Amino acid sequence: MAEEKKKKGLNLNRVDMPRQDPKERIKNFNEVALGYTEEMAIAEAQRCIQCKKPFCVEGCPAEVKIPEFIALIVEGKFIEASRKIKETNALPAICGRVCPQEEQCEEKCILNKKGAPVAIGRLERFVADYEAKMGVVEKPEMAPPSGKRVAVIGSGPGGLTVAADLAVMGHEVVVFEALHKPGGVLVYGIPEFRLPKVIVEREVDYIKSLGVKFECDVVVGRTVTIDDLMEKEGFDAVFIGVGAGAPVFMGIPGETLKGVYSANEFLTRNNLMKAYLFPEYDTPIKVGKKVAVIGGGNVAMDAVRTALRLGADEAHIVYRRTRAEMPARAEEIENAEEEGVIFNFLVNPVEIIGDENGWVKGMKCIRMELGEPDASGRRRPVPIPGSEFIMDVDTVVVAIGTQANPVIQRTTPGLEVNKWGYIVADPETCKTTKKGVFAGGDIIRGAATVILAVGDGKKAARAIDHYLKTGEW
Amino acid sequence: MFKIVEKRDWHPLICEMWIEAPRVAKKHRPGQFVILRLHEKGERIPLTVVDKKPEEGLIRIIFQKVGKTTFELGSFNPGDSLADVVGPLGRPTHIENYGTVVGIGGGVGIAPLYPILKGMKEAGNKLITILGARNKDLLILEDEVKAISDEVIVTTDDGSYGKKGFVTDALKELIDAGTKIDQVVAIGPAIMMKFVVKTLEPYNIPCIVSLNAMMLDGTGMCGVCRVTIGDEVKFVCVDGPEFDGYKVDFDELMSRLTIYVEEEKIALERFKKAHPEIFAGVE
Repeated sequence: MAEEKKKKGLNLNRVDMPRQDPKERIKNFNEVALGYTEEMAIAEAQRCIQCKKPFCVEGCPAEVKIPEFIALIVEGKFIEASRKIKETNALPAICGRVCPQEEQCEEKCILNKKGAPVAIGRLERFVADYEAKMGVVEKPEMAPPSGKRVAVIGSGPGGLTVAADLAVMGHEVVVFEALHKPGGVLVYGIPEFRLPKVIVEREVDYIKSLGVKFECDVVVGRTVTIDDLMEKEGFDAVFIGVGAGAPVFMGIPGETLKGVYSANEFLTRNNLMKAYLFPEYDTPIKVGKKVAVIGGGNVAMDAVRTALRLGADEAHIVYRRTRAEMPARAEEIENAEEEGVIFNFLVNPVEIIGDENGWVKGMKCIRMELGEPDASGRRRPVPIPGSEFIMDVDTVVVAIGTQANPVIQRTTPGLEVNKWGYIVADPETCKTTKKGVFAGGDIIRGAATVILAVGDGKKAARAIDHYLKTGEW
Repeated sequence: MFKIVEKRDWHPLICEMWIEAPRVAKKHRPGQFVILRLHEKGERIPLTVVDKKPEEGLIRIIFQKVGKTTFELGSFNPGDSLADVVGPLGRPTHIENYGTVVGIGGGVGIAPLYPILKGMKEAGNKLITILGARNKDLLILEDEVKAISDEVIVTTDDGSYGKKGFVTDALKELIDAGTKIDQVVAIGPAIMMKFVVKTLEPYNIPCIVSLNAMMLDGTGMCGVCRVTIGDEVKFVCVDGPEFDGYKVDFDELMSRLTIYVEEEKIALERFKKAHPEIFAGVE
């Protein structure tokens, strides 16, 4: 079948990307996916049929000119391909790695109807890495200085995108970051084995090369307020891209026991603070023999795979629905399975049990079944009476989501929030209810993906540019 | 970078520094703290800001050397810089004229207590202060506290200075003497704060405590500082650091403070081996 199609010029099989062997990779924190070689990239790029009306582009919140950059790869013009991507997306090496392409550009790829879609993400990653390897930095054409200043709060994917786009448009941009390193969730949340930190540093350096300034160790709302920035520090507009950084716990007994972590804590210790290198690095982390990670999203996958690499004998996912409802990317679930993660579906924790010294020694759970669909359209899990059992675990990581951190909202008069504490913003322009202040990413919609934050960043940059040029609100 | 401009060793184990942190100095209010990190490989630790000079962009910290990071910080000198100082974090102390306030500081807990006492005094309170230390040499800030207090009582565990005994003994004496107390503010080791609250309980005297929980980011992101307050779980970094002492689950707080004792030991021993000179003269 594939052979037949090939004759007609269609190749329905994508080029595999080499990966570290599962047995090896659970012993290190190096990147799992190894990326295409030049030959592989060209072969994969040749599968693109260069649709007249490219649906893939419609599926990309970062508006990447996909067929154009792929055509350049076919010609071996990798640097030009990188320049093409950077016309619209400042973070190709990151997006090529962590975007859920299977739900976006690749889902819309015409080949997806018959076989495997073009591996757009892998190709994007390839050209970004190629550019870095060659040591060249492709920059888009910069507009002349506008004399306007914009403060960007938060240096995650949304903030970085706004900053890059506004700098190209000629505005002076300062990015304020609460932690000691720029990158937000890309640095504290996503593990090294999925997104090496040198890649984030590289993309941040690129944005610096566009003239963007970064000031770390500034907690906006505490260190300085938005009103201070606009009234005393001379910023003409502000973009809030602080993410949904506050952890959610389950509210069950035993969550303050020793050995219970929020996913944020577990991942931050490891990714930002490099606890896996303790004692060379000062920050420790403690992982027991049997680890249970509660949740079914990408963060849960990151945490459970981290636990394995930190030496856990057993690393479990505990999820109250089934595999079909898991919000994690299929690729990440497969990676976790290959590495030996044990999945416990239709199970919900009801209590964490401690020993006499306050350490976790077990977790009482109840079995669930799927009932009627809920508001999210997924079938609601319902507990099965009398099905409680004890899971033998000594470490529990809670990865059931995050919520808005209220510090900016509390210290910014005139900024409206919804009942969940997220900032109210126009979905098209990212305008908030306060003049000159825009917001995007997780802080307007709740925890989502890197690429949606990038998409907001692009929209916000256009709206901010318009506001700065016209003064119209 | 955040430059150290002044340093004073109160004791081989207690050190004071003035550090350049202009944004923090401008915004800081009593009760708030900073998170600092010494260098690229350093951990993030919380320390209360004791004082500030906003015009000069300086903040003052006082700390006891107990683990690797605090010993290493103590080896820094004027001219050296810290990689990071972020803040001010946490909610400021609620300061008002209560009438008579009793401030109780134990050990280096006197350092975070001092700016709060200053605020309380400025608000018009009568101020009685009880300072506790293991021994005379470990007592800090006595003169500065005396300058703002109406009365100061010092206790030492070994009787080498002031009254022999604990701060709770002095507190009990005050109460027994019929002193009218409207509000207590107690800062020190968790065990001290627990017993201060126990002492006050029969008399129903309100007590604010400031908790020294473990922290990572200090901005409400990780939750490692969570502690049960009444029937709610709160984050010390954003909901605190001050809470109604009557509602704090001190046993839980103390238990959580021991999570990394083994690792702290490993880090300290390793540092001692690499830098014996820093530990010369320290028992």
